[in-house]
Amino acid sequence: MSAPRALLQLGEAPQDVTRANRLTVWLVACVAITLLLTFGSLVIGTSSIETSLGWILSPDAQSSVVLWQIRLPRSVGAWLAGALLGLAGGIAQGVFRNPLADPYLLGTASGAALGVTISLVAADVSVGGLAWATKLGITGAACLGAGGATLLTISLSRGVLQTRSLLLSGVVVAFLLSAITQLMLLAKPDIWRSMQSFLFGSTGFISWSSVGLLGTVFGVSIIPAVFLSRGLDALTLGEDTAQSLGLSLPALRLSLLGIVSLATAAAVGEVGVVGFVGLVAPHLVRETLSVNHRQLLIAAPLCGGALLQAADLASRWLIRPAELPVGAVTACVGGSYLVYLLWRRSRNA
Amino acid sequence: MREAPASRTTTSPALSCEGLRVGYGSRVVLEHVSLDIPPGRWTSVVGPNGCGKSTLLRALAGLETARAGTIFLQGRRLQAWPRRERARRLAWLSQNAPITDLTAAEVVALGRFAHSGWLAHRQADDDAAAQRAMTATGSLAWAARRLSTLSGGERQRVHLARVLAVEAPVLLLDEPTTHLDPPHQEDVARLLRDQSQRHGVSVVSAIHDLSLALTADRVIVLGHSGIVGHGTVREALEGDWLSVAFETRVNIVEHEGVHLWRPALDVRAQQGIDR
Repeated sequence: MSAPRALLQLGEAPQDVTRANRLTVWLVACVAITLLLTFGSLVIGTSSIETSLGWILSPDAQSSVVLWQIRLPRSVGAWLAGALLGLAGGIAQGVFRNPLADPYLLGTASGAALGVTISLVAADVSVGGLAWATKLGITGAACLGAGGATLLTISLSRGVLQTRSLLLSGVVVAFLLSAITQLMLLAKPDIWRSMQSFLFGSTGFISWSSVGLLGTVFGVSIIPAVFLSRGLDALTLGEDTAQSLGLSLPALRLSLLGIVSLATAAAVGEVGVVGFVGLVAPHLVRETLSVNHRQLLIAAPLCGGALLQAADLASRWLIRPAELPVGAVTACVGGSYLVYLLWRRSRNA
Repeated sequence: MREAPASRTTTSPALSCEGLRVGYGSRVVLEHVSLDIPPGRWTSVVGPNGCGKSTLLRALAGLETARAGTIFLQGRRLQAWPRRERARRLAWLSQNAPITDLTAAEVVALGRFAHSGWLAHRQADDDAAAQRAMTATGSLAWAARRLSTLSGGERQRVHLARVLAVEAPVLLLDEPTTHLDPPHQEDVARLLRDQSQRHGVSVVSAIHDLSLALTADRVIVLGHSGIVGHGTVREALEGDWLSVAFETRVNIVEHEGVHLWRPALDVRAQQGIDR
């Protein structure tokens, strides 16, 4: 009995020693893929690849606008939005101690959708409403809606003491706000078309100013998140043990959920309701590496960014010169990944 | 039979409670509990299943809201301590050793949270304390392994190391010997004795194995209707507190200075039936 045990230990120890190396390889691979995808998205568009390559080699005024004012910000913005969703998903899965938690479970997505609907309806109804809606913009309306939905969820569950009631009120808020959105769309069917790109998710409207906003939010969220990652590690030992270690659970949860809702609101505001990236990115990291939360919260954004960038590229490539909504691509890819997980689990069981 | 006055120590208690009442929903689990846990002693909490041993330890660790009564840690109300200062003085081991993907070294390092705080950059004394704790529990060999790859007993020893790494003057341990084979159970008992005698730590542990539990200095005997007694092991045996608590005859035999629990069941009669 003891001999195989010793062998087992010998066999496993080097694997764990190389854990840090595997993480490095993984991160380098993510960055390399991101650079490749960025290059790919510069040369792939409505014009042929040869034309685009020619533009890069000998730029003129018109082509540099297409390359540097349309394609590059779009690709960088897609990366940032994916990174924000990956970060938010990684935190949400840690806070709720559930590998299937996603950044939208606090009702942020439906809140953002409602915010956008209200601003569109307001712009449609009166001049004052139009002025107000223009000032706020789609992004502002989405952020306000997402923030409002998070606050509603937290107040409905009477604070952040119990994760189960938080989850439940997140579901309730999501249903409630979607119902209101649907009713408003029924009353004003002509805004449905403007809503469509938002509800399916779209990376088509990202400008450098959007990139600036996404980048700022990314910086503001990832730094405190990595700083608080030890708290998420402690939470894996159970809430009571975490508390006995000297952690304040309500404060920890509130700040982490604040980061989740800020990151999600910014991403949803810029690219609409893009599904599955926030769920799949941290999941992929944990499936391929075993990491602590500091490593996860660095790797999941890199993975999420590359994922959304790839989806953006695919959405432009698959039915060119037309475009697919990016959310449809992520839903297909993410959905098949989940099916694969299910299949593998049932096979192992 | 509550609190034999003779057993009270003259030094101020490390941990104490007065008129403690704890319950869940409409069910009151503990009521009128007053205890003094002396410093530098190992106290065993003994009693039948569901009598509130875990609840008592959880309440003393500040993890349950007391409906009445007060808990004092080193003379100061438990709630009055700043969170991290309290966590440096009182460490708690949960009944079920959680499984996580963190490595053993990372789990033990979490025990230093109350000292090092949020900074990922640990101090040298944190590393030294973690290493001492892992050496003491014999878990240093698998420091780099993930907890999910360890056996139940190995995991338990890592969690014990995490609790020791706090270097708190008061340890509350709920079933520190679960999943451990008998020799390793003995190691833990030796470790707890060493902590209390050499390092002056107050250890309070709930251990199911009566023989092992009675190797402690003192016992708190809990029954379904509250505390049966609190005092030295000798007082408990002389008063036959165990039989009262378990509501059945509990045989303890003394063999070379060690108290052993002897099952009352007649083995020979049983074997006769089998044949």
